[in-house]
Amino acid sequence: MIFLKLIMTNLRRHRVRSLISVAGITFSVAAMLTVVTILQGAIGMFSRILSNDSEIIVFERDVSDLFFSNVPADAAAQISSWPLVAHANPVLFGIVSSEGHPIITCFGVTSTDARIQKAEWLQGDRNSFAQRSDGVVLGARAAEFLSASLNSQVQIGHATFHVIGILKTANGFEDGGVFMPLGSAQAFFHKEGTSSVITVKLRNKDDAATFKEMVRTKFPNLIALEDTEFTRSYSQFRILTATAWAVGGCGLLLGGLGVANTMIMSVFTRIREIAILRVNGFSHTQIGGVIFGESAVVSVLGAIAGLLFGTCFLYALKLIPALDGYVDTNLHPLLVLTVLLLALLTGVAGALYPAVYAMRVRAVEALRFE
Amino acid sequence: MKSAAESNGNRRIVLHAENLWKSYDEGTVAVLNGVDIECFAGRSVALCGPSGCGKSTLLHLFAGLDFPDRGKVWVNGAEIGPRSNLLQLLRHEVGFVFQLHNLIPDLTLAENCLIPTVAAGIDRRTAKARLLELAERTGLTRRLDHRIQKLSGGERQRTALCRALMNRPKILLADEPTGSLDEQSSSMVFDLLLDLVAAEGVTLLMATHDRSLATRCDRLVEMHDGKIHEYAHA
Repeated sequence: MIFLKLIMTNLRRHRVRSLISVAGITFSVAAMLTVVTILQGAIGMFSRILSNDSEIIVFERDVSDLFFSNVPADAAAQISSWPLVAHANPVLFGIVSSEGHPIITCFGVTSTDARIQKAEWLQGDRNSFAQRSDGVVLGARAAEFLSASLNSQVQIGHATFHVIGILKTANGFEDGGVFMPLGSAQAFFHKEGTSSVITVKLRNKDDAATFKEMVRTKFPNLIALEDTEFTRSYSQFRILTATAWAVGGCGLLLGGLGVANTMIMSVFTRIREIAILRVNGFSHTQIGGVIFGESAVVSVLGAIAGLLFGTCFLYALKLIPALDGYVDTNLHPLLVLTVLLLALLTGVAGALYPAVYAMRVRAVEALRFE
Repeated sequence: MKSAAESNGNRRIVLHAENLWKSYDEGTVAVLNGVDIECFAGRSVALCGPSGCGKSTLLHLFAGLDFPDRGKVWVNGAEIGPRSNLLQLLRHEVGFVFQLHNLIPDLTLAENCLIPTVAAGIDRRTAKARLLELAERTGLTRRLDHRIQKLSGGERQRTALCRALMNRPKILLADEPTGSLDEQSSSMVFDLLLDLVAAEGVTLLMATHDRSLATRCDRLVEMHDGKIHEYAHA
């Protein structure tokens, strides 16, 4: 109890300084949580686009980005005919710009694709998809920002398309995207006879290994990955994840420097007290424990406040219409635990030098210190 | 040369310094110049002398807070040096009272007194019982939950005395314990100090400027220019 009080004494004595230090960790944790959650949400959304009613994705081997992947049309046809395959859908991804909208994601899909058949159609008839080459279906948010409705004409890139339907999906990328018939998309993006990926659903999930081996044998230039494998190994996802953690880490580093500064000041202003504790039998470890305890309290308080603040911020972002579907407010326990642990480690690291300094204080000299 | 553990008559030597030399600022400020001193168990010894004569330094060397440039220090027969078990010394063998009370202002009187027991890992019940015993003897029972800022100078110094005796040390080192008090408080604290050391059988080595107080100790030692000049029996 007294040990705890010794830890809390200095924090209470310099409340403003302590609050600033806690705020540093709070904002660092909130920043890390927000950045990582948003990027993980984005990755999750992209993964769900690929795994829509499928569990395996086939694409060109060794491409750095799926937008550069070229899968021949005959591969899709052959794979569809394999007995262990329930269905295989070629999908072509493309990005175009429109006036005032620098990035619009286009999906070239077949009429049997789950994105068309299983989505909630707000306007239009799903059976009309691919009936005309210039007919496109817009995601609800795309329709909103393009100010388009059923049967209106929209300018996408260098061409004008006729809106034959508007659909609603929970996926932000899809909801802000344009769905074209595969043939139209191939012509539009000058990728005749190819798709970016083939999404595959097997009749029996246990055949995944056999299927992957078949792809490897029949199409050496292609690779088949299960959805979870793809999410784990896709270089773009890895880069995004690493970037998110790096940005969050920088935030925590700044927070840690704040803690270090506070703890250095704390040690210098209580050097006489540290000497008194030494004279009364406190060991180096016990002195260090007081200093580390102080920084741990700052870190834990900052981390808790940061989690609350970050969560509120994520919910606020979710309410912004333009970000609808992009922000995943589900905090994964592992992420929360990692952020808490990192905040604690940052605090401890920030207290390292001050603690060592405090442990080395020579009581006889410190008692002369005024 | 006497061994530190050697007895003199019926009295055991508990503090023993032999040919102590100590200087500061890379040898430019000489503080102790060959000090020899012995203190016997259960006796009170006053160290008198002008400021800067080395009284505090000598006390620091006996508490293991500093080490001599030359010479040897024994406490309870064990030589004190950088490799000694100084925690054992500070936790159980030696109590220290300073001129300034050196209490932690944000803690209560009781919490300040309990600090040595926390350091030594003494269980709370034993520590609390000892605290109540000392508070009773020093008249601080009603002030236990008061913060240090609310105590008078005399009460603060009595608190410091309680804290120094919490772990039942057999040696009490006091550096001008009444130096910051007015005459009345000084006399009261000193009476209490002598009563306590007598009741607990503690050996007292006290640095003081106050000759009238010093003469009430069992022995009076004069220090000048870092040397013991005379032993005077009070």
